[in-house]
Amino acid sequence: MNPQFFADGLLMGAMIGLGAIGVTLTYSILRFANFAHGEFVTWGAYGTLALTGAIGFAAGSDIDAIGPFSFGWPLLIAGLAAAILTGLLALALDLILFARLRAKGTAIIMVMASFGASMALRSLCEFFFTSAPRYYSRDIQIAIEILPGMRMTPDQLFMIGLTAVLVAAMHLLMTRTTLGRSMRAVSENPALSSVVGIDVDRIVRATWLIGGALAAAAGVMSGIVVQIRPFMGFDLLLPLFAAAILGGIGSVPGAILGGLIVGLAEAAAVPLIGANFRAAVAFLLLTAVLLLRPAGIFGVRE
Amino acid sequence: MSLDLLGYGAFFLATALSFGIICLGLNIQWGQTGLFNVGVAGFVAIGAYASALLTTPETAGRFGGFDLPIFIGWAGAAAIAGLISAAVGALTMRLRADYLAITTFGIAVTIQLLALNLQSLTGGPFGIGFIPRPFAAVQENALLFNLANLALILAVVTVLYLALERLLRSPWGRVLRAIREDETAALSLGKNARAYRLQAFALGGAIMGLAGAIQGHFIGFIAPDNYVSALTFQVWAMLIVGGAGSNRGALLGAVLVWGLWSASGALIAALFPPDQQARAAALQIAMIGIMLAAILLFRPRGLIGERGTVSRFVG
Repeated sequence: MNPQFFADGLLMGAMIGLGAIGVTLTYSILRFANFAHGEFVTWGAYGTLALTGAIGFAAGSDIDAIGPFSFGWPLLIAGLAAAILTGLLALALDLILFARLRAKGTAIIMVMASFGASMALRSLCEFFFTSAPRYYSRDIQIAIEILPGMRMTPDQLFMIGLTAVLVAAMHLLMTRTTLGRSMRAVSENPALSSVVGIDVDRIVRATWLIGGALAAAAGVMSGIVVQIRPFMGFDLLLPLFAAAILGGIGSVPGAILGGLIVGLAEAAAVPLIGANFRAAVAFLLLTAVLLLRPAGIFGVRE
Repeated sequence: MSLDLLGYGAFFLATALSFGIICLGLNIQWGQTGLFNVGVAGFVAIGAYASALLTTPETAGRFGGFDLPIFIGWAGAAAIAGLISAAVGALTMRLRADYLAITTFGIAVTIQLLALNLQSLTGGPFGIGFIPRPFAAVQENALLFNLANLALILAVVTVLYLALERLLRSPWGRVLRAIREDETAALSLGKNARAYRLQAFALGGAIMGLAGAIQGHFIGFIAPDNYVSALTFQVWAMLIVGGAGSNRGALLGAVLVWGLWSASGALIAALFPPDQQARAAALQIAMIGIMLAAILLFRPRGLIGERGTVSRFVG
């Protein structure tokens, strides 16, 4: 098999993994499958697009790209700001919608509300930015051969590196800091954690901020490597869920591993079944996991 | 003019009631049993395509075209959609409720993908045309045609409504609600919760498939674009607005939300210049999304809602 599939799968897997971390955290800490998570990906990407434009306008002149990359410093700053804004968007959504429903009880109503919120967010995005695809840069990058028969553009290498850094940071956060330990405690047992003095509301806020910011990072990556469309997050939703369940709900390493598996499987399947059916791969993987090991790779049986 | 209006009214009501049938199916799954199906559009699509393949005349370059009568198509659609629902249910019923949501979402995405790409079975992005329409003999007379179809769909809705009301009052229906309210209690009374859930899910899916077939035959043409997640979403909004758990609520919600949808569509067509209309149509969906969230927050029982049924012997 052509080794190029490995590079494509790795890249796709990194994006899916970053998004799936947010899904797995909300699922384990807030206890519901958030269908609006894909929209955080989309809003992160569009937020970065708008902010990059604003910075470029304010700076007046054309800003050169950094080194071999297709983007300059405005995109990095805009991406960071958009990640924070997307985290705040998630927080706002929790404040006006999910927190109130959480107070009332059943988780499945929250799933439904997230479904409604995702439709509203996506459609608003389509209204503001239209459905025409957008790009951060129209420059064409030359792919360099990094291994025999495997080519990647400098942008793509940067994305892989960025994902590695973010995942390492997340892992340290979850295992070494008080915040991370509290998050794991709340996901195990919210009542008991509040008894030992953990501020559950604070943990919920942190979860939304982190999940939203990582989703935005995935959105910017997808925007640089592919394109920016209102449906980009929605199309990513099924792979995100598949990755989170495959890795085991609540597990950050599981989410990233699940993301890589889904990404590589999609890339490997394209030559066999054609690019048209790519999206079905995530569904097949999901079905297989539910049949064979519903708890996922790193999950524990409830 | 008034005849045109009457014809449009019949067309509108027939369409709204065909959505009402989907709502009746969803009401069994969600309203009665508490099963969350995010793939409604997929099950409707299965029914529409199954019936189209059974009833269209033979077509070059596409599988099927068995030229069977419309009623056989309806029955086939309900059977196939019911079978696939049963398979999905068997896979997910033993897991947490959210997994059913995620799996049905995946089904809908995959069905859409298949409809779009399995050209030799589904006609691909262009869909399937020339699906036989009931009362095609009077097709030239739009008023008569719409009224006849309205009568047919109304008859289906009435039969379904009465059958479902009866079924849900039966011991079978009571077990469904018992499982929804308190699974442990139902289990301790010896009710096999998984089997009942599976039956309810399959029955609901079969009704959605039937609705898909009815819609396909009424319009005479189906395409993958009809079965995107916006359809799932509209049907959910209809059921929640009308009141989950109540069959009358499901039908009322369908007519109301479809009315709101059509009216806002007409408003957008009148207010926005043609090149901006596709963009403004996104606002329609955003509006329904916000409405759904608002009803969940402020009036979770919907307009009619389920009547509290403790016992007819208690106060």
